[in-house]
Amino acid sequence: MAATFHFSLVAPERELFSGEVEHVIAPGEEGQFGVLPGHAPFMAVLRPGALTILNGATARRIFVRGGFADVTPDGLTVLADSAVDLADVDVARVAADLRDAEDDLKDAVDEAHRRIAQAKVADLRALQDALAA
Amino acid sequence: MPSLKSYRVRISSVKSTQKITKAMQMVAASKLKRAQEAAERARPYARRMASVIANLAAGVSGQDAPRLLAGTGSDQVHLLVVATAERGLCGGFNAQIARLAREEIARLEATGRTVKVLTVGKKGRDILKRVHASRLVGHIDLSEVRTVDSSIAHRIGEEVRAMFDAGGFDVCTLIYSRFRSAIQQIPTAQQIVPAVAPAADAAAAPDLRGALYTYEPNESVILEALLPKYVDGQIFSAMLENQAGFFGAQMGAMDNATRNAGDLIKKLTLQMNRKRQAMITTELTEIIAGAESV
Repeated sequence: MAATFHFSLVAPERELFSGEVEHVIAPGEEGQFGVLPGHAPFMAVLRPGALTILNGATARRIFVRGGFADVTPDGLTVLADSAVDLADVDVARVAADLRDAEDDLKDAVDEAHRRIAQAKVADLRALQDALAA
Repeated sequence: MPSLKSYRVRISSVKSTQKITKAMQMVAASKLKRAQEAAERARPYARRMASVIANLAAGVSGQDAPRLLAGTGSDQVHLLVVATAERGLCGGFNAQIARLAREEIARLEATGRTVKVLTVGKKGRDILKRVHASRLVGHIDLSEVRTVDSSIAHRIGEEVRAMFDAGGFDVCTLIYSRFRSAIQQIPTAQQIVPAVAPAADAAAAPDLRGALYTYEPNESVILEALLPKYVDGQIFSAMLENQAGFFGAQMGAMDNATRNAGDLIKKLTLQMNRKRQAMITTELTEIIAGAESV
């Protein structure tokens, strides 16, 4: 059996994942990084993107927003504003939502609306990229 | 003395009310359980966030610290975020929180400070706007919120931070009710801006076994990114406590109402029976008197 470490993915409302895994690839803001058992203590802010959990043959990809990673000798903890399993996401739906968001951005009446619409577009584009990868 | 029929109507009406209060009590009990479970599930994030903030805040000091942590350097203008429920029928729950808010306003203004109030939830606003309308700077409507989740806490956090960044206040305090038990809710004031980092407790910090943390990109940037989430987290925890407290208080209020209705039904039934017996006695007396005269 391969070496494992403890991985927790926690959102403000509840713990989304907790268990022993072999390898986690996280979308750091400064670049993607991988975590294997015995990783040195490390803290990094994550950009919105896909987090990959590898365990033996299975790979699970989770889209994480507002994430933060904390590696200690006890394992990896990722705190995220929200997370959704990419397997549960409908590609067509995301494309449609992205089109709507881009229209909203074009129709934005003031700075505040523009900022919100811009954030939504960026978020959906990141989701789409994660799905495509 | 009311007629028998009016007694019967009244008893029937109180019985219906009693059924409603009993049902509301049971619904509140089940919602309380769910609210407590939600609060329990939210603990891992809150604990981890507090530990990380304590760790980072200890390493960043004084003027380098982000504004949310360091503050404005003054504590002249205070913002009170008063969180209450949207609905009533919960005993003194909302009134208690509003009372603490009023006391805080009085205490701060007595020392010459300026106080602004942001209300979250209709009941608090209704109570406070009577005397403190001039201090109300905003309101967060919870009527559309079915269950409390982190997005409503984030909305409140964004509003508070926007006001802070625009120089609207120096210190922000959250006023809500801590959930001690189903029968005990304790109004509490908690400062959220400047953020109060939990004491860097050596026991809570993870054992790095001699190694040092590597921060990407660096401690300050990470702290800057996390502080808003920390504030949102504290607001979220307070909202969850409020939610549980509300249902606990409603359970108690409805239980009292059910019991009171029961007492009233007994009293009315007694009065009705006495009236009924008096009527029978009168009728018998008349019959006997009539028979005797024949």
